[in-house]
Amino acid sequence: MVKTPIYMDNNATTRTDPRVVQAMLPYFTEFYGNAASRNHSFGWKAEEAVEQAREQVGSLIGAGAKEVIFTSGATESNNLAIKGVASMYKKKGNHVITAVTEHKAVIDPCKRLERDGYHVTFLPVDKFGRVSAEQVAAALTDKTILVSLMAANNEIGTLHPIKEIGKVCKQKGVLFHTDAVQMVGKVPLDVDEMGIDLLSLSAHKIYGPKGVGALYVRRKDPRVRLDPLIDGGGHERGMRSGTLAVTNIVGLGLAAELCRKELDVEAKRLIGLRERLKKGIEAELGDVYLNGHPTERLPGNMNLSFAFVEGEALMMGIKDVAVSSGSACTSASLEPSYVLKALGVGDELAHSSIRFGLGRFNTEEEVDFVIDDVVRAVNHLRAMSPLFEMHKQGIDLKTVQWAAH
Amino acid sequence: MAYSTKVLDHYNNPRNVGSFDRADPTVGTGIVGAPECGDVMKLQIKVDPVTGRIEDARFKTFGCGSAIASSSLATEWLKGKTIDEARDIRNTSIVEELSLPPVKVHCSVLAEDAIKAAIKDYQDKQANLVGSAATAAS
Repeated sequence: MVKTPIYMDNNATTRTDPRVVQAMLPYFTEFYGNAASRNHSFGWKAEEAVEQAREQVGSLIGAGAKEVIFTSGATESNNLAIKGVASMYKKKGNHVITAVTEHKAVIDPCKRLERDGYHVTFLPVDKFGRVSAEQVAAALTDKTILVSLMAANNEIGTLHPIKEIGKVCKQKGVLFHTDAVQMVGKVPLDVDEMGIDLLSLSAHKIYGPKGVGALYVRRKDPRVRLDPLIDGGGHERGMRSGTLAVTNIVGLGLAAELCRKELDVEAKRLIGLRERLKKGIEAELGDVYLNGHPTERLPGNMNLSFAFVEGEALMMGIKDVAVSSGSACTSASLEPSYVLKALGVGDELAHSSIRFGLGRFNTEEEVDFVIDDVVRAVNHLRAMSPLFEMHKQGIDLKTVQWAAH
Repeated sequence: MAYSTKVLDHYNNPRNVGSFDRADPTVGTGIVGAPECGDVMKLQIKVDPVTGRIEDARFKTFGCGSAIASSSLATEWLKGKTIDEARDIRNTSIVEELSLPPVKVHCSVLAEDAIKAAIKDYQDKQANLVGSAATAAS
């Protein structure tokens, strides 16, 4: 018997690795100094730990330690990158390029820039959720100062062609920021090889603690400058003031190191689990559709639409399994996922979507349990679905005149 | 947000799932909602021609657990009622019975709409029958 509830929502957050927790503990009670205290051993010990974490985070993405700025998380990193660049380079231009499927932590800062008089291009995506390097090249103008595109999508797991996009930006001398929260630690990534100038990451997506993240800021070719969002004691090269959260930073550092060492093995294992889940479900159920790219996707992400059943109802039917849905009913706004809508899959399939997020602690036994549970719940719901009934009668649902409310 | 015990009960053991023949003159069918809105309810009543009471009811629903529970509950309430009594079923009573939170009130509204649509369909059919009978007689 597997232990329930089963956590399969690792794109939302992850369990902190027990090794990470162990490494953090002494920094609460023994080495609790302020990393900015330069004149006693408590401060030195804290500073040493922070600098080690900076190395660890840098190594994971092919960056130097000095290029890593610690923040409260990726939302802050994204805000700092986008607003900080826009403000610093406003004499150079007022145009920013991003995409419609970005996380709200990128979209909303961009919308704020629009209100402040900047011009933002929101690129559309193809049916897999991808933006191409050609699209970026075509959107660039002599006023463009920043391109911000996510490395991997949080809902559908699609990987963007980051290297090609980075190349286009480099050729035009435009700064390239990527929100790499989902990709870091899951897929190999190198800021030099991919032409990345700024990169956001978060600890809690890579089995570290919540409340800490980092922004990579390139120091040479080119040296990127930022206007800070938070002024104060001038920490983090003046880009982010505030006493460093040493405990959390230690956790982020070790989490990054573990990912770097275990990435290859872990990615293979997760792809195996993902495909086992997909095949297991597809063997028992028809009319199941994959959202996102079949191969260019995160190892642990599987986003499926189960036609004729509604996502929240399905989640209710698999109550021992924690997953997410793009259904409107699971959101406060009563709007289905804007990411799925952008793919053009149709609102009805967005309402029927479930995101399975596999992670480090999921097992084959859990996957098998989830397959059985999903199959049972979908069959239960299809038996009471008027849409499934119509479908079986050969009615094309697209030709029906619905009494929309 | 946790679901109420009653919503869970209707979800796990839905009452009166199924379909009647839409062409049957004693059957009224109401289909409301749209797939792109995330909920579609089909609610059917079968009226005893002698007593004028609803002798049976069926539903099929595409929607969240609260939508399923609202329509399942509606079929229970419809059985044994006259058309006029059925028309008096209010969404607020469904909200109360199932302890639906504000964000799920629209599910109960949809159920009320489905009841009204089913009644209208039944009455239209009856009017047509009377009409065609009158035409035949003249």
